[in-house]
Amino acid sequence: MNTMHWVLPLVGWVLAPLMLGIINRVKALFAGRRGPSVWQLYYDLFKLLQKASVYSRSTSTVIRVGPSVVLACMVLATTMLPWGEWQAPVTFLGDIILLAYLLGLARFATVLAALDTGSSFEGMGASREVQFAALAEPSFFLGMLVLVLHFGFSGLSEMVSEISFETWQTSGVLLILVGCSWFVLLLTENSRIPVDDPNTHLELTMIHEVMVLDYSGPDLAFILYAASLKMWIFAALVVNLVVPMHSLVPWLQAPTFLLGMVLVMVLVGVVESILARLRLLQIPKVLVGSALLSLVALIVRLMG
Amino acid sequence: MEAFILGCLVPIVLGVCVLPIRRSKAAPWIAAFGVWVGCGIAAVPVISTLAGPVSPALQIAWSMPGGSLTFGLDGLSAFFCLPILLVAPLAALYGCTYMAREKKPLGSASFFYNVLIASMLLLLTARNGLLFLVIWEIMAISSFFLVVFDDEHAHVRQAGWTYLVAAHIGTGALLVLFALLGKQANSLDFDLMAKAALSPTMATILFVLAVIGFGTKAGFIPLHVWLPEAHPAAPSHVSALMSGVMIKTGIYGLLRILTLLGNPSAAWGWMLVIIGLVSGILGVAFALAQHDLKRLLAYHSVENIGIIALGIGAGLLGLAWDQPALAMLGFGGGILHVLNHAVFKSLLFLGAGAVVHSTGTRDIDHLGGLIKSMRWTAVTFVIASAAISGLPPFNGFVSEFLIYLAALGGVRSEAPGTVILAIAVAGGLALIGGLAAACFAKAFGVVFLGEPRSSHATHAEEVGAAMRWPMVVLAAACLGIGLLAPAVVKMVLPAVSVVCGVPVGALKEAPYAVTTDLAMGSLTGIVYVSASLLVLVICLLLIRRHLPRGKEEAATGTWDCGYARPTARMEYTASSFAQPLTDLFRIFLGTRKHGTAPNGFFPQPTIFETQTPDAAREYLFAPLFRLIDRFLSPMRRMQHGRIHEYLLYIALVLVLLLIWKAGGAQ
Amino acid sequence: MTIISVLLILSCLLLLGSSRLHVAIRVVAIQGLLLGVLPIVRSMGDIHFGIWILALSTIISKGILLPWLMSTCVRLSGIRREIEPFVGFGPSLLCGTALLGLAVWITDRLELTQAQAPLVVLTSSFFAIFVGLFLMVTRRKAITQSLAYLVMENGVYGVGVSLSLDFPFIVELGILLDVFVGVFLMGNLLFHLDREFEHLDADKLTELSDLSGVAQPPSAGFNAAEEKA
Repeated sequence: MNTMHWVLPLVGWVLAPLMLGIINRVKALFAGRRGPSVWQLYYDLFKLLQKASVYSRSTSTVIRVGPSVVLACMVLATTMLPWGEWQAPVTFLGDIILLAYLLGLARFATVLAALDTGSSFEGMGASREVQFAALAEPSFFLGMLVLVLHFGFSGLSEMVSEISFETWQTSGVLLILVGCSWFVLLLTENSRIPVDDPNTHLELTMIHEVMVLDYSGPDLAFILYAASLKMWIFAALVVNLVVPMHSLVPWLQAPTFLLGMVLVMVLVGVVESILARLRLLQIPKVLVGSALLSLVALIVRLMG
Repeated sequence: MEAFILGCLVPIVLGVCVLPIRRSKAAPWIAAFGVWVGCGIAAVPVISTLAGPVSPALQIAWSMPGGSLTFGLDGLSAFFCLPILLVAPLAALYGCTYMAREKKPLGSASFFYNVLIASMLLLLTARNGLLFLVIWEIMAISSFFLVVFDDEHAHVRQAGWTYLVAAHIGTGALLVLFALLGKQANSLDFDLMAKAALSPTMATILFVLAVIGFGTKAGFIPLHVWLPEAHPAAPSHVSALMSGVMIKTGIYGLLRILTLLGNPSAAWGWMLVIIGLVSGILGVAFALAQHDLKRLLAYHSVENIGIIALGIGAGLLGLAWDQPALAMLGFGGGILHVLNHAVFKSLLFLGAGAVVHSTGTRDIDHLGGLIKSMRWTAVTFVIASAAISGLPPFNGFVSEFLIYLAALGGVRSEAPGTVILAIAVAGGLALIGGLAAACFAKAFGVVFLGEPRSSHATHAEEVGAAMRWPMVVLAAACLGIGLLAPAVVKMVLPAVSVVCGVPVGALKEAPYAVTTDLAMGSLTGIVYVSASLLVLVICLLLIRRHLPRGKEEAATGTWDCGYARPTARMEYTASSFAQPLTDLFRIFLGTRKHGTAPNGFFPQPTIFETQTPDAAREYLFAPLFRLIDRFLSPMRRMQHGRIHEYLLYIALVLVLLLIWKAGGAQ
Repeated sequence: MTIISVLLILSCLLLLGSSRLHVAIRVVAIQGLLLGVLPIVRSMGDIHFGIWILALSTIISKGILLPWLMSTCVRLSGIRREIEPFVGFGPSLLCGTALLGLAVWITDRLELTQAQAPLVVLTSSFFAIFVGLFLMVTRRKAITQSLAYLVMENGVYGVGVSLSLDFPFIVELGILLDVFVGVFLMGNLLFHLDREFEHLDADKLTELSDLSGVAQPPSAGFNAAEEKA
């Protein structure tokens, strides 16, 4: 564990709210508005940390502990993200499995805190959330399996450090397929259109947004910050997969990574502006479809 | 070894002593004391076997033909003894208070409990086929009497019958298995059976018989039909023991037979992988559809047995494909999951028992808000829920991680079989884990969180100390095994070496040592991350506490979208919570819905209920048994009650035998 | 070539999961285009005149003409969606996964080398054949069934191209004519079906059987009763 490598998660912790700001700005520009400042989430977090909390009488310790658990999981998950050839500070064989299950723990805590309020709205959101998560997990693992098949099984940092221009020439199709699959997962897990609408709190769109209805003050700040970290994690996975940083000179890799992150956020904003939200009954098909993308990549790799 | 046998005999002796005083209140306490002492004595040889050399087997002559009282304690037996030694005393202590309210005499139940514990411990060390079967039968019968403790209820009697029939179907398969194997080896001793030469066809037949026989006890689908009936019917501490420990004896039997059958073929491994995948996914799908708390937990046992079978199947494929890493990690993960499941499943059943004891109902949809009145139960239940969903930092994650490591590490692009195994394991475990987390979010959330949904839940109280402390110890074990993962995995290595057929010392050399080092490295990484997770959560909670800086916290009602009169009955129910997922699996579940839709502008009260009977029971076993009944019912005419005709039957048979023997002797 | 096969597989999966008819027709058109380009890519080294004719005729007939005919049928009959197939759309996707596994297994058993035929193209073509058969069996609308026939023909064509390139010109023309005639006839049938009966469900065709009695009398109204919205 090199101390220099801790810069990577540190930058992530600092820049994650900026990413969500970029998405909102892109969406506003598409709609012809000026939109909020890209630093808006920082102002919101600062404001929320100053406020007091309001708790429902139906709740118990769970909702008071939940946000801390969620934030702790996200913070630790960011320490496992590499930047191309730069290794993450925490890396070992099979660390990507731990990353997926840390996200699962965060989701478990969120769902329990939602059920704690005793409200039907949160219950509805929680039930949909666990359904989509159960279908999204195999998709993530199948994509990871394609990586393992191609690069051999080792830590995440080692696996992505091999991706170079040659990889694109020989197996570019694999990278595109798994990248698309993981991008769909990014949209699902971070409650973006077409899976969920992050702007409304109507019943039709109640998946992630409704589970945070009864938080306030510093709890809400923790949850919002953890959501931005989650977006950073998924975007970092996609960027690591798609950008061949092994072929670049070392001093160019960090700026390229950050540029890649910004591009992914712009892409998310564009996708959100162009597409409409899907009906809830269609979303399992989308998730199965993204798993099938990885499966097709596996078959292409096997067939030579 | 003698110490171990002594440890097994102490509970039996004290159990027998309890029988004359079975009406007194002290009976369960005395029996529990016997269990504690016996397990304490037996623990010493078990720990020493796991830590160091294997003690020699004990052999006593026995007058039964083909049988000998041979007991031996090797790495595999010792590791499987660990769950018993941990759970049995705690459950016995719990049972004393749990059953204290019963009007019936408790002495016989305590006696049978002690006999069950002792028989399980002796089963794990039996080294002779006949001895094994006798103890197996004793185990089945004593657990039957425990299951039908509440036999004034018809459904409990029915559950007992189902259990008895299923157990004996399994024992029947085992009889055939041991008969065939003994015939090949000319002896029923395990040591001599291991040396017998078996043709591949014979070995496969024996393996299939073992899967049927031991799978009925373990709970592979479709042989699992007794689990959802027997476990809810039994008293909760018995359910904890049965679900956490007794079904693992099936897994032990399967592994022991594998050591006797020689080199496995890949087909065996695939069979177990498919059984594991189907049991895992369908088990948790059925669990999602239940609203009886203990039945839900019973189906989760089926699911976890599926995970164990998946690990063992991967290990078998490793042996068949000559990949030592795959074999070690697959078996290691599967066997470690045995211990982990014993710990968290027992904890879950004890928690469910506390809930039932306190509220008087098992129906999830009548509970709610129990976390405010039953704090200890709730905390231990949520720890067990996170553990069974395989979430870090608890123990379920460690065993699932090892199975992932096995499958993903064994992937070779030139061998499609390894890729298919990796797809099955990675995709299957991910799906099972996600569904299990969903189901336990439902179970914990609807039972403990929110507002009470009925008067059962409003008057709940926390349970007494004797019921609380076993749960706390088990919860601490969940966290402890998670945080001490490398040390625990070292204890699994002797068992793995027995199954892989290599001596323990060989595990320290290549090629096994490489795998062990890599796995230990990953586990150490996991332990560091888990520990930092706990530290970080505590830090964040402290920061959070200091943040408002003097501002008051307000309390209000839950946001209700402007609805003036929300009631607790408007909360999300368990069936609603699970409905998106149960809809996905509706082909397998066959849920029946009864109810009427509300109509009109001011609707009257209406009823809606769902029922999910076990599909294997409805569509496989019930028609099969009806068919058998149709064929056999003409024979009932022989049982008409007239004694003279019975005497005629006996006389006829005797005369015929005499004629046959006399005719043959010439 | 890998990209073409991957797009072929993905388009078949899209057909399995989608219920909208004009999306399906566009997907089949794209499949035709891809398969038209395939012989050109396959024989990158020596492209002679026959290959160009083959490719061009495939693109025109499979990629432009037949889809245009299908969309005319769809427009005139007013049907926009496939509803209530015998196997639902989600389970269809799962069956598609199983069929993909079957295609992989068959390609593996044939024991060809990469020089004889690119394996990925072969797998995707077998998959297209299976998907075409599956759709024919499980979908109710007659239009979807003729679409499925087209997909199956695409698969057969793909197998042919990947196994050998020097197809006798006449045979290929014959196949295309088959397809053309088949779809033309079915299109006409659909028109007349539309005028005689109220439903376009192919399983109602069983009522024409002599065993079950007299056929339905022609009903009033030219447009199909369902799928107006």
